Amino acid sequence: MLKTFKLGGVHPPENKFSAGKKIEQLPIPKTVTIPIGQHIGAPAQIIVKRGDEVKVGQVIAKAGGFVSANIHSSVSGKVKKLDETVDGSGYRRPSVVIDVEGDEWLDTIDKSDTFDKEIKLSAEEITKKVMENGIVGLGGATFPTHVKLSVPAGKNVSYLIINAVECEPYLTADHQLMLEKGDEIFLGTQLLMKALGVTEAIIGIENNKPDAISHLENLAKKYSGIKIQGLKVKYPQGGEKQLIKALINREVPSGGLPLDVGCVVQNVGTAFAVYEAVQKNKPLLERVVSVTGKSVKTPINLMVRIGTATSELVEAAGGLPEDSGKVVSGGPMMGKAMADLTTPIAKGSSGVLIFRNEEAGREKIHPCIRCANCVSVCPMGLEPYLLMTLTEKHDYDRVESERALDCIECGSCSYTCPSTRPLLDYIRLGKSTVSKIIRSRKQ
Amino acid sequence: MSDTVLFTIITLSAIGIIAAVILYFLAQKFKVYEDPKIDEVDEALPSANCGGCGFPGCRNFAEACVKTDDLDSLFCPVGGNDCMSEVATILGKVVAEKTPQVAVLRCNGSPKHRERVNTYDGAENCTIAHNLYGGYTDCSYGCLGMGECVDSCNFEAMYMDKETDLPVIIQEMCTACGACIEACPKDLLELRNKGKKDRRIFVSCMNEDKGGVAKKACDVACIGCSKCFKACKFDSIEMKNNRAYIDFEKCVLCRACVKVCPTEAIHEINFPLRKPKPAVEKPASTAEVKDVNLVAEAKKNTENAKVETKVEKEDTNKQDENKNNETK
Repeated sequence: MLKTFKLGGVHPPENKFSAGKKIEQLPIPKTVTIPIGQHIGAPAQIIVKRGDEVKVGQVIAKAGGFVSANIHSSVSGKVKKLDETVDGSGYRRPSVVIDVEGDEWLDTIDKSDTFDKEIKLSAEEITKKVMENGIVGLGGATFPTHVKLSVPAGKNVSYLIINAVECEPYLTADHQLMLEKGDEIFLGTQLLMKALGVTEAIIGIENNKPDAISHLENLAKKYSGIKIQGLKVKYPQGGEKQLIKALINREVPSGGLPLDVGCVVQNVGTAFAVYEAVQKNKPLLERVVSVTGKSVKTPINLMVRIGTATSELVEAAGGLPEDSGKVVSGGPMMGKAMADLTTPIAKGSSGVLIFRNEEAGREKIHPCIRCANCVSVCPMGLEPYLLMTLTEKHDYDRVESERALDCIECGSCSYTCPSTRPLLDYIRLGKSTVSKIIRSRKQ
Repeated sequence: MSDTVLFTIITLSAIGIIAAVILYFLAQKFKVYEDPKIDEVDEALPSANCGGCGFPGCRNFAEACVKTDDLDSLFCPVGGNDCMSEVATILGKVVAEKTPQVAVLRCNGSPKHRERVNTYDGAENCTIAHNLYGGYTDCSYGCLGMGECVDSCNFEAMYMDKETDLPVIIQEMCTACGACIEACPKDLLELRNKGKKDRRIFVSCMNEDKGGVAKKACDVACIGCSKCFKACKFDSIEMKNNRAYIDFEKCVLCRACVKVCPTEAIHEINFPLRKPKPAVEKPASTAEVKDVNLVAEAKKNTENAKVETKVEKEDTNKQDENKNNETK
């Protein structure tokens, strides 16, 4: 039986144009720009100098704390410069620019394609490997994975949940990965289970990927303790809290973590990266990215080295269509428009989505008609119209008491609003101001 | 009939009188003493309730004035020195005169100087735009042009100039309450001393990028070349994070720095026009050079597969338009 979460949610058109397209390896670019802030937490500290020779997989920036991740060179060559380059949002961030020469890998990395089935390492060693190899959550939030694996004393984990929902329209990176790397994903899941010390894992997949569900169900017979659960198609099912509610009917308390209800949620892409990190000792230096859009000539799924410019991916998909109006990094619901096509692909980029001109622009904002559509679709049970008004009026005490900080920024409210009001934009503003106020209160 | 009317009047009057007596004694018992001077001070204040003094309203400021021993630490920017001396005489205290201040905008990135590289059509709010992206030009430090400062101004001292897309401060109306300074997410507004004869000199740029990057993004950016720093004989210029800052307390308004700035990032306000010297021709010639640079840059940019949220073709049209504007 298909499951889903109860509160709110929307059904945007799926538009999965790149579904069923084999993952292709994008040729290694001439230069890569590897941003240093690719994860949530402390930025990494650069340890290479200009002119240094680096190999594929070599650490170029060390984690700047526990909640941080190592960053590795995704190519071999010479460090051209350590500079500030424009990221997707138009701000300049420190990054390492490397001129590519050949494709020379570190000897410690197992480059072969063979499936390595035997788990040799202990739980601590797995977590250590994950940390060394700079694995972060590949669903988009880029939270360092080893932090999630280090369960604090006193917390009990009973379930590992693998998020294979891919509820964002257009994106198919995870879908294709499941079809092609099923065994690896299962082994990655087993490694994560061992690291966490749990015996049960559930892989949640939305019903719009029946081929992936049946493929994984067939494979699941070989692996004990891993269950596949089909889910009704509903956005934002890929949100941690929604997924936990849908799969095991537990509710994460306001301001809490999945750990509070005995769960750890990992993305399916992360499970694959963990397999490669632990069994092959391969750092996170490439990821699957969907390049898609309504007028894109050949929507594709690409295996891309971290740091490749977005423009190269767009070229591989047949070039920028004439009528493109906006290029978005990520999915259409939560992705961010890019200010510049030279923006490098980072660990968290799951897709490059090209909108046509007529889809790209926002519509005129009309007054709120109190239809409460936003209230009925909010998966966190908030009142978006109210939060927007309160933020506009700078009444931040009430923004806080109306639980603005619980907002997961899924964008369902803005999507459904018949007056096309920028609800999420204002809620985000309210959230950031409230967190600032809370921080100043603590001091 | 008449009895009923009479009876009603008598009863109600009696209730009224009794209630009045009770209320009188209760009011005596629960009376809160308030210094009558608070009312007097409140009268003397401008009643703008703008919060420029750091208190929620004029009444709270008046209370603070009456309570404090040191009146110098309090200041009503709207009323200014006149108002403060009046308050001081009411309270029998002394207050030192403060230099009047005015808000200045530290960005000169009009479309003439900065090339637009993308379009933003989200919520019309500077802070939202600031949290989302760097800005519609390559300069991520400059004005976003949505006028949150103008909205925040209680004194109608600001308006948006449609041509430059920048806010303008009307010096006569500005009370230096600081509301716009709080409102600007890019920290572009600053309170500076009004100066002798209202003359001011300041660096009109907040760009902290390296010189080349800043210059490419905006013609009138501070490129951190330190020329003004060297030219200043009064040690009033500080170089920090690739940009210059002029300390208005130390500046003597000699204008030596204005002359040497290669990008015209240092602004002088309310100075008489300079006498026509050969030096005046110089800026004109640099302006020509700048135009040539712009064209060269525009070409480079088209090569660079810059993205835009608009179609490339349209964009080149736009650049052409920009060029036309330049020539106009």
